[in-house]
Amino acid sequence: MVNLSFLDMASEPSALEVPQDCMDTFSTDAAKSFAHPNFAVPSVSNPVEWIKHQMSEAAENRIKMAKGTTTLAFKFREGIIVAVDSRATGGTYIASQSVKKVIEINPYLLGTMAGGAADCSYWERELGRRCRVYELRNKERISVAAASKLLSNMVYAYKGMGLSMGTMITGWDKTGPALFYVDSDGQRLKGDLFSVGSGSTFAYGVLDAGYRFDLSVAEAIDLGRRAIYHATFRDAASGGVVNVYHIKQGGWEFISQTDVTELHYQYADEPKPALL
Amino acid sequence: MEALFGIVGKDFVVTASDRTSARSIVIMKHGEDKSRELNKHTLMLYTGEAGDTVQFAEYIQRNIQLYGIRNGIPLSVHATANFTRRELAESLRSRNPYHVSVLIAGTDPKTGKPELYWLDYLGAMVKMNFAAHGYASYFCMSTMDRYWKEDLSVEEAISLLKKCIAELKTRFIAQLPEFMVKVVDKNGVREIQL
Repeated sequence: MVNLSFLDMASEPSALEVPQDCMDTFSTDAAKSFAHPNFAVPSVSNPVEWIKHQMSEAAENRIKMAKGTTTLAFKFREGIIVAVDSRATGGTYIASQSVKKVIEINPYLLGTMAGGAADCSYWERELGRRCRVYELRNKERISVAAASKLLSNMVYAYKGMGLSMGTMITGWDKTGPALFYVDSDGQRLKGDLFSVGSGSTFAYGVLDAGYRFDLSVAEAIDLGRRAIYHATFRDAASGGVVNVYHIKQGGWEFISQTDVTELHYQYADEPKPALL
Repeated sequence: MEALFGIVGKDFVVTASDRTSARSIVIMKHGEDKSRELNKHTLMLYTGEAGDTVQFAEYIQRNIQLYGIRNGIPLSVHATANFTRRELAESLRSRNPYHVSVLIAGTDPKTGKPELYWLDYLGAMVKMNFAAHGYASYFCMSTMDRYWKEDLSVEEAISLLKKCIAELKTRFIAQLPEFMVKVVDKNGVREIQL
């Protein structure tokens, strides 16, 4: 059993408690709803060192994080393709083959999930809430750049305290298609092509070799799916099904869900492309 | 594996930063700009721990800009460097220190004199005629010792920078293929192609 007694002793109010001066009081400082949620941090003298110890091999009840993933996203002329696998592992055990690693933040923003599943789900949901608050306050949709910066600022506040996430925030805003990489180090990068997770090197190997900006929609979808398939073939921690999304001007569209075993036999029958 | 350079010339400073963003063994991005304009005549180049770098650079940038707005006069390069050094020194003694090394390049708004400051995360600061951060300094400080002289022209400074980059390409194991080169002079900051 993991010792959770520290949760009871915490003096800080929990994130789930509704603050006294909530948003419907008009005197509230507008910045408050953007403030970091107040978390119960373990009541030890140094929470950073404490969590490091709990996650180390020496710990009596070691906390193991669910890791091992392949996710990718790339921009091309017709928008953005997002493709992910669906395996969850805990050590050598395959915990699930049907995880949704694309998080639908709202109809025009997608987030991907790599690293800690709980961290990604929680913080991207919180991001969705903040994007909605922004929208209500400004009568305008938030840009992808701003949304990704909200997320990176949130996780940066918890740097070194054990958060583990590698995510891509993508969508279509006033400036067109946008793609950002955000991780729990607080790193935030704008880019055209990213892959994240333990299988990312394998996905890059296929993606970089086959990528062109002027790919057709069908070609791009196929490339994304193939890159994930090849990553699941080489990376034991990736597998299950491939989920593919396409982001275009109106927002995102779910394209397909394909079992990698099916893809394996389908691709095996196809001839290899010409090298010259 | 990241590299930053600064070379002081006659009335300008040439700076260069590699354009790759890496995470473990993977290059995540080509074409990253690892610098922030602090005010019209001051540029800060940064390298260090992922996440910390941009947060720290933007924090310094905003404070320098705030000073300019409040007082109606921009902060000098010397004062900017000393402010940044103090922030690093105070951060070092906090619970969660910034792991960031920076170069601050600029021209004095009054005298027009070019200045270059080298700062590390421990709060050390040196005013230099040429400087480098990262592994690049092991290869290129000697090159710059050999070739740097006073009152360099822009062409000469760029030629020296090219010598440094050429040395990295021949002797350094990691590849740093692209550099973003900027010149800071009395007209402000401009990017140049090598």
